[in-house]
Formats: sequence, structure tokens, C-alpha cells
Amino acid sequence: MRVLAAMSGGVDSAVAAALAVEAGHDVVGVHMALSRNRDQFRTGSRGCCSIEDAGDARRAADVLGIPYYVWDLSEKFEETVVADFLSEYEAGRTPNPCVRCNEHIKFEALLDKATALGFDAVATGHYAQVVTREAPDGTVHRELHRSPNSEKDQSYVLAVMGPERLARAMFPLGGFASKAEVRAEAERRGLSVSAKPDSYDICFVADGDTRGFLRDRLGSRPGEVVDTDGNVVGEHDGAYAFTVGQRKGLGLGRPAADGRARYVVDVRTSSNTVVVGPAELLSVDRIAAGKAVWFTPPPTDWLDGVEVQVRAHGAPVPARVRATDAPGMEVHLTGTPLRGVAAGQSVVVYRGTQVLGQATVADARRG
Amino acid sequence: MTTPQAPAGAYLDHAATTPMSRAALEAYVTEAGRTGNASSLHSAGRGARRVIEESRESVAASLGARPSEVIFTAGGTEADNLAVKGIFWGRRRTDPRRTRVLVSAVEHHAVLDPAFWLAGHAGAEIVLLPVDAEGRLDLAALRAELADHADEVALVSVMWANNEVGTLQPMRDVVRLAHQHGVPVHTDAVQAVGQVEVDFAASGVDALTVTGHKLGGPHGVGALLARRDLAIEAVQHGGGQERGVRSGTLDAPAIRAFAVALAEAVAARPERAAALRSLRDRLVAGVRAADPGAVLRGPDPTTDPGARLPGNAHFTFPGTEGDSLLFLLDSAGVQASTGSACQAGVPQPSHVLLAMGVPELDARGALRFSLGATSTADDVERLVAALPQVVARARAAGLVSAPARTGGAA
Repeated sequence: MRVLAAMSGGVDSAVAAALAVEAGHDVVGVHMALSRNRDQFRTGSRGCCSIEDAGDARRAADVLGIPYYVWDLSEKFEETVVADFLSEYEAGRTPNPCVRCNEHIKFEALLDKATALGFDAVATGHYAQVVTREAPDGTVHRELHRSPNSEKDQSYVLAVMGPERLARAMFPLGGFASKAEVRAEAERRGLSVSAKPDSYDICFVADGDTRGFLRDRLGSRPGEVVDTDGNVVGEHDGAYAFTVGQRKGLGLGRPAADGRARYVVDVRTSSNTVVVGPAELLSVDRIAAGKAVWFTPPPTDWLDGVEVQVRAHGAPVPARVRATDAPGMEVHLTGTPLRGVAAGQSVVVYRGTQVLGQATVADARRG
Repeated sequence: MTTPQAPAGAYLDHAATTPMSRAALEAYVTEAGRTGNASSLHSAGRGARRVIEESRESVAASLGARPSEVIFTAGGTEADNLAVKGIFWGRRRTDPRRTRVLVSAVEHHAVLDPAFWLAGHAGAEIVLLPVDAEGRLDLAALRAELADHADEVALVSVMWANNEVGTLQPMRDVVRLAHQHGVPVHTDAVQAVGQVEVDFAASGVDALTVTGHKLGGPHGVGALLARRDLAIEAVQHGGGQERGVRSGTLDAPAIRAFAVALAEAVAARPERAAALRSLRDRLVAGVRAADPGAVLRGPDPTTDPGARLPGNAHFTFPGTEGDSLLFLLDSAGVQASTGSACQAGVPQPSHVLLAMGVPELDARGALRFSLGATSTADDVERLVAALPQVVARARAAGLVSAPARTGGAA
């Protein structure tokens, strides 16, 4: 197969490319340039977007003896991922930019361009498994599963791609149980990125200061922080910078009358108001979500015995789900309620290790 | 010794670098085995000195200059920096009003960037002289600029031939106009030497850049030819070599190999240029036949054969991106170039094409094919055979990856 290996400059994508080469594929490495002004993105060795990272990716491709190109996807990245990040926060929701990047950049812009250029698949360094099953009628189905490396598992942020795109995706690290193994594989092949630190946070937020980034891009919009009775208990610089479930950084001068911790329970962008309240107001067991994608036929009747996950590193919880029109998804939690589910987050449905579907949270409440 | 040869496949990127000639490689290896610093007074030093001076005489003879006018450098970029900064400072020392630097809008970054650096650090004012749709300097603009500001102009720098579209500049006219006002002229002749006749004295230019690796010599060596009466300040200071203008121990093996390659290239030029021209004309016809949508950029060799470098062809392919074309051709064993500078590997629309009035979207789909001494008809055929599928695929990729505002987003 002709395989395009997306190479960020990190150790995971370098080893993924190496494994694709060793599997006998005809591999070309591509680094995606995601920022027009490279200085805007984090420099140093932790991000995925700096000039050093592009150089590290090139060096890894040289060691593997594969051609290497840089593709400029910065405009698309700004138009989709960054613009979505800003407008979602501005609307009082909590976006996950890595999900949007997988949706619009890696498995759309990159994958579509690769397909047009004659590639059969795109290989990335994600931790997730693709399991191929043959149905009795001979048709082949590809399933997306969790990585056995539960700490690194990225099936949550990949689920958005849906089954058509999964058919052209390749995750060579899917079977690795630990990052240490991946690093050892890198070292064994003489890849200089073997000891490079992991990247965290959001690559386009230069110093990890999301609130500062939002303020720079959206401007200061002072407003009030109120309690659930409508009493003003503080001030803020812009309601968009708050997330439901947030406890830190509220800047409330006076403690609550009952002395209990207060959390953001609602972000009302229309009135630029942040509502705080006690933890129990955050508990939800009913989730309505939109933009659903399914890896299986959409369950129009309630599907019992599944689990849902609402954060990249959150624990899955028992639930029943069904597909709704639009296309959307309705989720009833059947065990413990979840705390602090914000609109904009992704909800991913699992059965065991298998990803069944994914949708974006529109509303979460107590049933 | 192995005979140097072009890289495997069809290598159509001689404007980027050329295979080293056998004679140059032999000269290089011979000198690299000897010890001697040309600045030393003992016999080892004298040996090295002799090699340098013989090479200087050879370079001067090849280019119609006097040996004392040859300043060896570590390549074209250094020579351009020395010319632009050195002449600017030299002129300003005698006449502080002279702060304007006139450069054509299609100069290589090795001229543009030092000029803009001077603007940012030394109070220079940069005037970008416009070009026409084929990349040829607008002489009326130069004339008007000189008429208005002659007393403030430090220098004019106009390349002999453009590295992307191969357009030859009207050097004789540039020199005539500039000298009417007592303004010195520098020319970057890196692409021209070995392809067209370049005679330093006859051209009248005051300074000229040449480099080794574009004409069968090694990388990292070149020269600035500069008239003795031209005031140049040093850019690199140290031991005072090269008239005190360019310090640093001279690289005898590289300089010898450069001189050998240059002499070879100049001697072979009339014959070689004719061969390149006929090969290039086949390439142009072949590309046009393979993709009727392709647009030749620069002077058309079928109607104006003397207006561009004989080994250069340049096209834009509407609806494509240069990096897609490059990748697909590379996969098909054809090595070409988009011709424009990269920033961290990200292709930028060429400033040369933009200056010629090519719309930015069209400028993204540019390819330069440059032929050299080792080029063959097979190379051209390989390109022409691969092109239809390459362009079709690149157009399909262009449709899915075009920026959303152009309406091409998937």
C-alpha cells in the first residue's frame, strides 16, 4: 500500500512511520504546518507545531529513508480548529480542539489530499486499535477499539472520524501497551526523538494559558458572577473563559454563606453571566448530543449495557444510548451520575473496548 | 576515482545545484591532500598561495576580469551580502546622503534580505524596482528613480538572470543609466555564468557574484568580482585576506576546483548552451502537449529565444499546488523545484511570480525545470511521460485542499 505517515516530530508518529515502512508499505512522511506565523505556536520540544518539531520529523524521515514533505494546512487549521475553539468558548461551550483537529485536519484535509494524490491510507501515531472483522456475507468491517495502553488511549479523540475515514486510517501503535515500549522501539531504530518529552495542552495556546489566549483573541468583556439565587458574588473578565464544573480561578472574594465550595454551574453568554453553585448542581445523568457519528448501524431503540466517556482522560460510566434524528444521540447514565458535563464536549459510546459512536454534548441535566 | 554523475532519475534541478565535473573533483581531491595556509610564509604556505593565485588568474580570465578584482568567498550568498552591505557602507562613508538601495523585485533572497536588513539596521531605504509580466526590469522605473534621487542612491543591484523564470535582465541598460548618475551596479550572475556569455569588464558592472556549485564546481565557494576603484567595506573581519574585504583562511581545494569548473563551463558554453536550448525547447513543447492548461512563465523561447537562460523552463499549472506536483514527480523519478524559497519547508508563493503579476493562487502551482551539462533527452521524456497523471492528481488534491474561501473546500 502507499501510505502517508503524518509526522509531528514526536516519538509516537516517528515509530508509527517506522512500523509502516517495516510492514512493507511504500511510505512518505508528511509534516503538517499548522501555524502561519511559526512563532505564535509554542516553541521548544513539547508542542507539535514548532520549527524544531518540523526538523525532528525531517530527521526521523531521513533515518527511515523515506521522502518527507511539509504540507501547509495552516489556513484550514485556523478556519476550523482555532475558529471553532473561539466561537465555542464564546457561545459558553467547552470545545475539544484535538477532536476538531482529527475531524477537520488529520482525517479530512490531510486524508482527502492524500487520497487525491494516490495514497491508500494515512498512518498516525495515535494510540488506538483498528480491528478488522469479516461478516458472514464476506463484507469486511473495521472497528475502532481502545488501545491496551489505557493511560495513552486516544480512541476518545479519534471517534469523530466515523467509519468511512477509519477505512483509510492506520494506527501502527495500536498494539503497544506502554509508551516506554514505543520509546524503546524508537531508540532501537536510532530515532533521535526517542527521549523527547510528551506534548500536552493545546498546541496553539502558546504557554498553556487558555484564558489568556481567549482574552487576547476575544477581548475583555467584564460581567458578573452570580449564585443560583441571582445574588452578585463576584466579577469576571469574560464569561466565555469559564467552563461548567470549574472550581479554580473564580476569583470570588467572599466565601459562600454555608462555607461550601462553589463551582461554575452555568455560563450564560447572552447576559455575560457566570453562575456558581454547589457541587450537587453539577451532577447529571441525562445527556442530549448532536452531530452523531456511528460505527455501527445507529441504534434507534435503546441500546443497553454500554459505557460513555465525556472527557479525553475521563473514566467511562455505564449508560444506555439511542440514536435520535438530526442526527443526534440521547444518553441515560445507568450508574453514578457524572459531574460537570459541559456543552461542546464529546461523548463517546463504548462497548467494552469498541467505539460504537460519538456525538457533541448539547445539553446535560439531572433526569 | 569515481566519476561524478547526476542523481538517479531525471534530475531537472540544475539551477539548485549541478553535479561536480570530473576535472573539478580531481582538482579538489588533489588539493585536499596537501597542507598549507596561503597566508603562511614558509614553503607549505607558498604552495597553497600559488594554487590560490593561479585559480584567481583563471577565474579572472574566464570572466573577463583582472585577477585583482577577484574576491573569493564561501559562495553566492556571501558574495551578495558583501556586495550589498559592503558597497552600501563604502558609499555612505564618503557620502552619508547615499542611503537608497535600488534592487529589482525579482532578486534572490541573498540580495533582498541583506538589503532589507540594511533598512532595519543601518538606515537604508529600499526601492524595489518593478518588472514586467515576463520578469524583465522596468527600465523606465529605474530611470525615474535615478532622475529623482540620484544623489541619495548608494547602489543598484539587478541580477543577470533570474533563478526562477530564467529571464535575462538588460544589464547594459542598467549600467548605462546608473553610471550616468555615478551609481555603482552589482549583479548576481550565479545562474548566468556558464549558460550565457558573461564578461565582467565588457558588461561595465562594478561588482558581480558567481558561485561554484551552479556550474560543476563544489559547494561553499564562489567569488565577488569587484572593480578596484569601488569602495567596499568588509563584512567579515579577521586576518585581512582578500584585500582586507573578506577575512578568513582561503580554501585552496575548493577555490582550485571552482576555478577548474568555471574554466570548463565557460569553454564549453557555446556548444553546451545550444544543446541545452534545443533540449529545453523540447521540454517546453512536451509540457504544453502534456497539459494544455500549463502556462509558461517568463519569455517564450519559441518567439523570443534570446531572452531567457537556455537551460530554464518554468510553468504554472492552474488548480495545483507546487508541493503536490513536486511530490508526485519525485515519486515518478523526476526531480524538479517550485523555484521559490521555503520557510521551514512550507512553500510560499514565489515573490518573483507575484512581482510579475501572477495571481497568488496561480503562483502556488509553479514548477521550474532547469537543465545542465548532464541532462539528456531521456530526462525530458521521463518528465513529459509522467506529467499528465501528475497534473491530474495534483488538480484533484488542489480541489480538496484549496482554502475554503475560494470555494474549493471539501
